Amino acid sequence: MRQYLIKRILALIPVLLIVGFVGFLLLNLIPGDPALVILGPEATLDQVNKLRAELGLNLPIYLRLIYWYARLFRGDLGYSIFSSLPVLQAIFERLQPTLLLTIFSLIIASAIGITSGIVAALKRGTWIDQIATGFSIFGLSIPSFWLSLILIIIFGVWLRWFPVAGYVPLKDGFLKTLHTLALPSITLGFVDSAFISRITRSSMLEVMSQDYIKVARAKGLSYRKVIVKHALRNAILPIITCMGLTLGNLISGAVVVETIFALPGIGQLALSSILRRDYPLTQGILLFTAVVFVLVNLLVDILYVFLDPRIKYG
Amino acid sequence: MVDTEEKNFFSRFKGLKLVFKYRSITIGLALVTLLLLASLLAPVLSTHNPMYKDPNIRLSAPSREYFFGTDNLGQDVYSRTLYGGRLSFLTGFSVMLISGFFGTLLGLIAGYYRRLDFIIMRVLDGFMAFPSILLAIALTAVLGGRLSNVIIALSIVYTPSSARVIRSVVLIIRETEYVEASKSIGASSLRIIFCHILPNSFAPIIVQGSYIFARAVILEAALSFLGVGVPPWIPTWGGIMSSGRPYMMVAPWIIFFPGIVAILAVFGLNFFGDGLRDFLDPRLRGVRSM
Repeated sequence: MRQYLIKRILALIPVLLIVGFVGFLLLNLIPGDPALVILGPEATLDQVNKLRAELGLNLPIYLRLIYWYARLFRGDLGYSIFSSLPVLQAIFERLQPTLLLTIFSLIIASAIGITSGIVAALKRGTWIDQIATGFSIFGLSIPSFWLSLILIIIFGVWLRWFPVAGYVPLKDGFLKTLHTLALPSITLGFVDSAFISRITRSSMLEVMSQDYIKVARAKGLSYRKVIVKHALRNAILPIITCMGLTLGNLISGAVVVETIFALPGIGQLALSSILRRDYPLTQGILLFTAVVFVLVNLLVDILYVFLDPRIKYG
Repeated sequence: MVDTEEKNFFSRFKGLKLVFKYRSITIGLALVTLLLLASLLAPVLSTHNPMYKDPNIRLSAPSREYFFGTDNLGQDVYSRTLYGGRLSFLTGFSVMLISGFFGTLLGLIAGYYRRLDFIIMRVLDGFMAFPSILLAIALTAVLGGRLSNVIIALSIVYTPSSARVIRSVVLIIRETEYVEASKSIGASSLRIIFCHILPNSFAPIIVQGSYIFARAVILEAALSFLGVGVPPWIPTWGGIMSSGRPYMMVAPWIIFFPGIVAILAVFGLNFFGDGLRDFLDPRLRGVRSM
């Protein structure tokens, strides 16, 4: 187990180096002078030169790359041009809404996805299966921004059940936070349930065709017990993988949904930083989300060992 | 003689009737063809000039004159939606071709040459770690919001997942007996890759292509909606909905109708891909990369 862990963590290094390189390319691929692009046409020559020096643009590109990695290694992502805050601090200040949105969405997505996936698998080939399958393809086909707007119109404007935008931080009460996050979480949860539902269905179908399920039924266990204790427990691994991938991708969805619901999270910060040409902040957010994604997937792999004693890494 | 075990990809299409026994293929194809034709025939089918602004009829509700209503500038939403489809289909199709080409190339190399596998896969892992929408936004922002740049950005986003799927297929095929047989009679690596492995990977390549097409259409709409895609005066599905956002309480049709059309198109593509997957390769049922 320890060997496996070390191996997995070592394998992260090349991925993180690539992630860092892509982040580096982003600023250095800008056509023309990045400092001029960032500051806009009204900047004075002095300002441009100062920013050029700050960003290290006067150095040759290979030196810039070395300095970039050296800074990354120390966890120094530079300063936001717009707010002058250290990039990491700017990100952490925006973490709460995104984190909560992600958790709520994943709960909703799993609840809908796993339930409909199991039902579709149990009723395979019937109209229930077809509806569940059609529904999950439908979920894959809905743009999250469209669903957000429709939910806002129905539940925010017509029925007035939920606020149409804005965010109440946790310290003002959990229920209030939950209330403001309801519509965005339902949006993302529904869209992502489609993927979980498909995986659950196919994984359940595979397990249900195994002999031990027949044995369990033959020895007289109730249908419910066989499904929950035998089938689901064995079908859960691909579902967990899929939930891990969904978790990583939820940040993607957060960009759109946070913008629409005016939630002050990382997604909104990312979009505004890109639109303001705040490149150090953009780079920082890209790196942060990529590292989170990689770590979540590592955690999922480690979780396997605890969920399935048959798996032994060595 | 050696290839008797090898199932020819094209021979499976000989019974075209059989293809249409899969209802999802028929429905999906019909939907996509219908919407594609509608956007190609936009000059004939549209009732108004998509760029013509008539301030007198701003934000008017759907009517016999304006099927989908009008937007805040007094432009006909129905005609703009028709023209918007052209750009969505063009983007999705180009992204499918480009990322399909590079994904297949990388997948073949990584799957066949085991030594290059580690390097290629780590690079792709690195790219896949970025949230797709953030990467696409950042790339278009850096490159500039032109259609060609949007296509390039989306192709970069989707090439890794395409390569991953192709590689996993190549890994299976390279262990089959017919590949071993051709190796034993001295076939070159290139011959094995292009005459044996590639033709046998067509099914997943095409299925993956239809999924990427679908996702590219959604992502392009999201980029246009967020205002980082093509310039806003060009009609796109995402762009039309974006222009309707401030008026969604008084004129929800600006968002509703283009959205429904976009969903139908993407639904058709996904449905088609699912049916094709079940038809071409039942083993892959349920497999779908992110």
